[in-house]
Amino acid sequence: MQSQMIKTSSSRPLVAAVCMLAILLPLFVSDFRSFQVTQILVYAIAVLGLNLLTGYNGQISLGHGAFFALGAYVAAILMDKAGVPYWATIPVVAAVCFVVGFIFGLPALRLAGHYLALATFSLALATPQLLKHPALEKWTGGVQGIFLSKPQPPFGLAMSQDRWLYWFVLLHVVVLFVCAANLLRGPVGRAIRAIRDQPLAAETAGIDNSRFKTTVFGISAMYTGIAGALSAIVLQFVSPDSFTMFLSIYFLVGVVVGGVGSIWGAFLGAAFILIVPNLSSEVSKSATGMLYAMVLLLLIWRMPNGLWSGVLWMWRAATRRPA
Amino acid sequence: MWCHVASAGRGKLMETGYTAPPNSAETILEISELTVRFGGVIALNGLSFKVASGQVVGLIGPNGAGKTTAFNCLSRIYKPNAGDIKVDGQSILKLDRHAIPALGVARTFQNVALFDNLTVMDNVLVGAHRASISGFMANALWLPKVRSAERAIHDRARDAMAFLKIEDCADALAGALPFPIRKRVEFARALVCNPRLLLLDEPAAGLNHEEVEVLREQISNVRDRYRCAILLVEHHMSLVMAVSDRVVAMDFGMKIAEGTPEEVQQHPKVIQAYLGADAA
Ligand SMILES: Nc1ncnc2c1ncn2[C@@H]1O[C@H](COP(=O)(O)OP(=O)(O)OP(=O)(O)O)[C@@H](O)[C@H]1O
Ligand SMILES: [Mg+2]
Repeated sequence: MQSQMIKTSSSRPLVAAVCMLAILLPLFVSDFRSFQVTQILVYAIAVLGLNLLTGYNGQISLGHGAFFALGAYVAAILMDKAGVPYWATIPVVAAVCFVVGFIFGLPALRLAGHYLALATFSLALATPQLLKHPALEKWTGGVQGIFLSKPQPPFGLAMSQDRWLYWFVLLHVVVLFVCAANLLRGPVGRAIRAIRDQPLAAETAGIDNSRFKTTVFGISAMYTGIAGALSAIVLQFVSPDSFTMFLSIYFLVGVVVGGVGSIWGAFLGAAFILIVPNLSSEVSKSATGMLYAMVLLLLIWRMPNGLWSGVLWMWRAATRRPA
Repeated sequence: MWCHVASAGRGKLMETGYTAPPNSAETILEISELTVRFGGVIALNGLSFKVASGQVVGLIGPNGAGKTTAFNCLSRIYKPNAGDIKVDGQSILKLDRHAIPALGVARTFQNVALFDNLTVMDNVLVGAHRASISGFMANALWLPKVRSAERAIHDRARDAMAFLKIEDCADALAGALPFPIRKRVEFARALVCNPRLLLLDEPAAGLNHEEVEVLREQISNVRDRYRCAILLVEHHMSLVMAVSDRVVAMDFGMKIAEGTPEEVQQHPKVIQAYLGADAA
């Protein structure tokens, strides 16, 4: 505890600088760049949600795209059909996704390792078809999806809509990441990680494994669902084909690349899954997939603990000075 | 903190929510007619014995006698086919596994079950889970009550680690430590919840001569300073005989002898069981 505090206080100026930069960023870059960073922030929330479940609690999910889609569609339907203001959809989405995740966590208690991965993967496979299903078309808009209007800045503030959306998303990022960091540094976080490492010893030490695992499933789905809702608000569009099984796989790639079991790595993981495919398609149209795969393999080989541990390593190397 | 426990004794126990026994001879653990079968194997066959609070009871027997099985029934990991286990006169067989520490029962595992990717400090803190836990929401908001509970159990964990001389590795990952240290970490994790009944499954296994000496001292100290009863499963006979008030010997899931260390050591059935086991 003591040593941790010392560590944080020495890195405090850096943290403050990063926060400042994050807040002021839209003032220095184009609307389009703001929009791109906004998307990274949205994905970071989703990746964090999956990391809570898979990285910290050891429950593998290959289907978090389904919760992302659920959040996006609940938000879109609320706005489109019920005229709910965009900002008011977030708490509803949070509640819905928490409950759905919690309920999904109940059968997950009986599924170990690979079986849970398969069960969640089936969720990812079923999602696009479910969204297109004629029985739901009245709400989901079927294959077409739902188009929304772009939110205006509040109180008649004079700023571009993209800038406003950036700050709107950033606010959610701050709240959600601070809550996650708090959750993970205390007794709840220890219990979550203890269950991952040694479930029997955890339970023998008095941890109610079932309650923790289902609740973490709920929280994880809630985070990823909120990200989905924010994505619908930012893009003003949802359609079934944005939520294929690849989305779930990309989230997992984001977790592994950012760092399994590291909160802040989520930003790096999210940036990776959004930027690297684009970059590789710019470099070579014909070998996009191969380039992406090579970068991925290189990362896993050189930084098996993720980009965040690489950043920490560099930070330590840079601050280690002879006394 | 531990010194406080030692001097204040019972008062501390009351504070932590346990009902203090009226006299130290009171039975804390009563195992009666416990039977466990695994298919054709009878691991426990009508095992009965008692542990009085504050007492150190050695549980000995050749390999496969059923000692660990008895522990696992106590932890609600195995469900006995027949018989009963009572802690403070109450049957535990209807309780959930995670409810056992609330009775003041803590244990270690024969094959050391640590949280390998957690630091030593965090491992020990998990042992104090019950004292530290509050709701998810309170934790996410890092409310004052979460903070003060954290401080309190950090103090307790540091005391337990200092007592077992592992405070230097507080920040090390448990998975990276040598075996003897890992055993102590597990011991500390069991101690940190102020147990009234401590179950130790072969704490001396894999330790060298000096380490066993240290362990012997620690076990005696635990009993004297924390006033907790200890049920000690061990093959290291000189250790068992040195620290135990009473010894229960078992073979093939049955109790074959019980009494003072001297009585049990000289018991013909015990001698036979061990000679037989050696000959086999
Ligand atoms: N989960 C299980 N499934 C099947 N058989 C088991 C199981 N656990 C224990 N046994 C059997 O029950 C018997 C008692 O085993 P137990 O582990 O309790 O012995 P022990 O006295 O602890 O021995 P040791 O001194 O070697 O640790 C053995 O025959 C063992 O093979
Ligand atoms: Mg055993």
